[in-house]
Amino acid sequence: MPNVVLVTGVSRYLGARAAAELAADETIERVVGVDTVPPTPPLSDRLGRVEFVRADIRNPLIAKVIATAQVDTVLHLSIAATPSVTGGGRSVMKEMNVIGTMQLLAACQKSESVRRLVVKSTTGVYGGSPRDPAAFTEDTEPPSPPRSGYAKDSAEIEGYLRGFGRRRPDVGLAVLRLASVVGPTIKTALTQYLALPVVPTMLGYDPRMQLLHEDDALAVLLQATRGDYRGVVNVAGDGVVTLSQVIRRTGRIGLPVPVPAAGVVGQLLRQIGRLELSPDATRFLNFGRVVDTTRLRTDFGYQPRFSTAEALADYARGLRPVLDRDLVGRAEQAWRKAFTGGSA
Amino acid sequence: MTDGPGDLLEFLRRRLAGDYEIDEFGFDADLTDTVLLPMLRPLYRRWFRIEVSGIEHVPAVGPALVVANHSGTVAMDAVMTTVALHDEHPAHRHLRMLGGDLVFRAPVIGELARKGGSTLACAEDVERLLAAGELVGVWPEGYKGTGKLFRERYRLQRFGRGGFVSAALRAGVPIIPCSIVGAEEIYPILGNAKVLARLLGLPYFPLTPTFPWLGPLGAVPLPSKWLIEFGPPIPTQDLGAEAADDPMLVFNLTDQVRETIQQTLYRLLLRRRSIFF
Repeated sequence: MPNVVLVTGVSRYLGARAAAELAADETIERVVGVDTVPPTPPLSDRLGRVEFVRADIRNPLIAKVIATAQVDTVLHLSIAATPSVTGGGRSVMKEMNVIGTMQLLAACQKSESVRRLVVKSTTGVYGGSPRDPAAFTEDTEPPSPPRSGYAKDSAEIEGYLRGFGRRRPDVGLAVLRLASVVGPTIKTALTQYLALPVVPTMLGYDPRMQLLHEDDALAVLLQATRGDYRGVVNVAGDGVVTLSQVIRRTGRIGLPVPVPAAGVVGQLLRQIGRLELSPDATRFLNFGRVVDTTRLRTDFGYQPRFSTAEALADYARGLRPVLDRDLVGRAEQAWRKAFTGGSA
Repeated sequence: MTDGPGDLLEFLRRRLAGDYEIDEFGFDADLTDTVLLPMLRPLYRRWFRIEVSGIEHVPAVGPALVVANHSGTVAMDAVMTTVALHDEHPAHRHLRMLGGDLVFRAPVIGELARKGGSTLACAEDVERLLAAGELVGVWPEGYKGTGKLFRERYRLQRFGRGGFVSAALRAGVPIIPCSIVGAEEIYPILGNAKVLARLLGLPYFPLTPTFPWLGPLGAVPLPSKWLIEFGPPIPTQDLGAEAADDPMLVFNLTDQVRETIQQTLYRLLLRRRSIFF
């Protein structure tokens, strides 16, 4: 069981909630939260006895924090999915993600107290192409690994983690590949995309996707921190939906864009600041991605409380629909009445 | 199959609200049964007048691997086999087809293929489908089969590398040889425009008596008469999963399946009075 836990990325949604949960656990002596900016309300209200250290993990200061606090468990969540989180555009984001993780790993490798390291990754590391198998297991070699953005950062980080695992086999290392996280509160690239007034899609493509509810994401992170699972594990809600189902169930309006024009539309949305999808994300809109979660349910031992469909429904509840779903049902009722002479 | 305007409206409501299920491969049973199969049925019944025999060899439940010959420029034979198994089999089985990556790269076609029950022809997907108890269809000749010239009709091409046999052995499921007569004549390929094919990134660019000369009209298939026969299943269960790692056994079994289909094709061709009747 962890005694002193270090949580990176504590000023963000998952980091703050994870740190707060760990702080509420009395068997844990200290919880140290690190981030480049202090947490703001409402996240900061929950943190309680979490000791906040304002530090940039790219800075060797992180090693001092680990040494002085005698940290035994590190929960590394400060891997940003969009540039707005870190500020300063994609190059800063990449530096924070990759160089930051390298610094953290260097500190962990030197540390004598660290016994466990849990890192949040993404199912994006599997990339996306028409040559993909229907579902990726943790051991599938991706036919087309990601070439840009968050997914590429995560793939590179996983590479460094493998190196770390070889050099410090005594440290329990868990890598959680999370599917797209949605929920009533969390803000992600996907929720940003679905919040657009019209949702651009790729004409002639309807990608399959899996979703993970924010509560399940949190529960898995906590279980990994407290438990002793070692290795990589895919994390996603049961079941699969297509993008068109996501758009319809959330009452959005889809706008199919021909593939040659997709790059221009993406660029345009990026420029007006409405969207931060990397070029790799547009490939996801082509081919989608599904992962096998057998290992999560058996070896890791967690059954997500929300299926993909339930996570989507819970997210949609907090969303003001552009298209009223009841409208469709009422129209159908009216038509049915007209057709059957009112007997229905 | 819709029985009235009410059912159709209910279907439209489901589609507009997104209230339907797909499986992890992207198979959309709602769309397949309500739209895709009914659209193909006139082609199946009236245009090609398909006659099916040996449907009793296909199990009513549980996994099996249907292995068939491939021809006809586009995968019309695969689509028609799917209709045959759904409409003629008492259990109305959905055939889960395996297709090349080119299918899933293409817009619209790739989307419809997944929704209609297809997935990528790779070992992982076959194993996953068979483990889920599905009826899987494979056309091991691939593009070599669909792209062959008209004068090579009903001569089976190489059966890939026997990957389908390994998959069946590993899963311990029966292999059902399926012979399709008729698809060869729908778009008789007289020549292959290799330069054009390379430019478009296609495995071949067919030149038929009507395509591309007549434009879209050239895409109308000739109304050949089709016969589909499912042969007796070849059991693999007794051989054990480790047999999949015995290349000699895999090659022999691949040849056995190929030879069975080739002989059945000759027999069916004798039975068919002419190409069109």
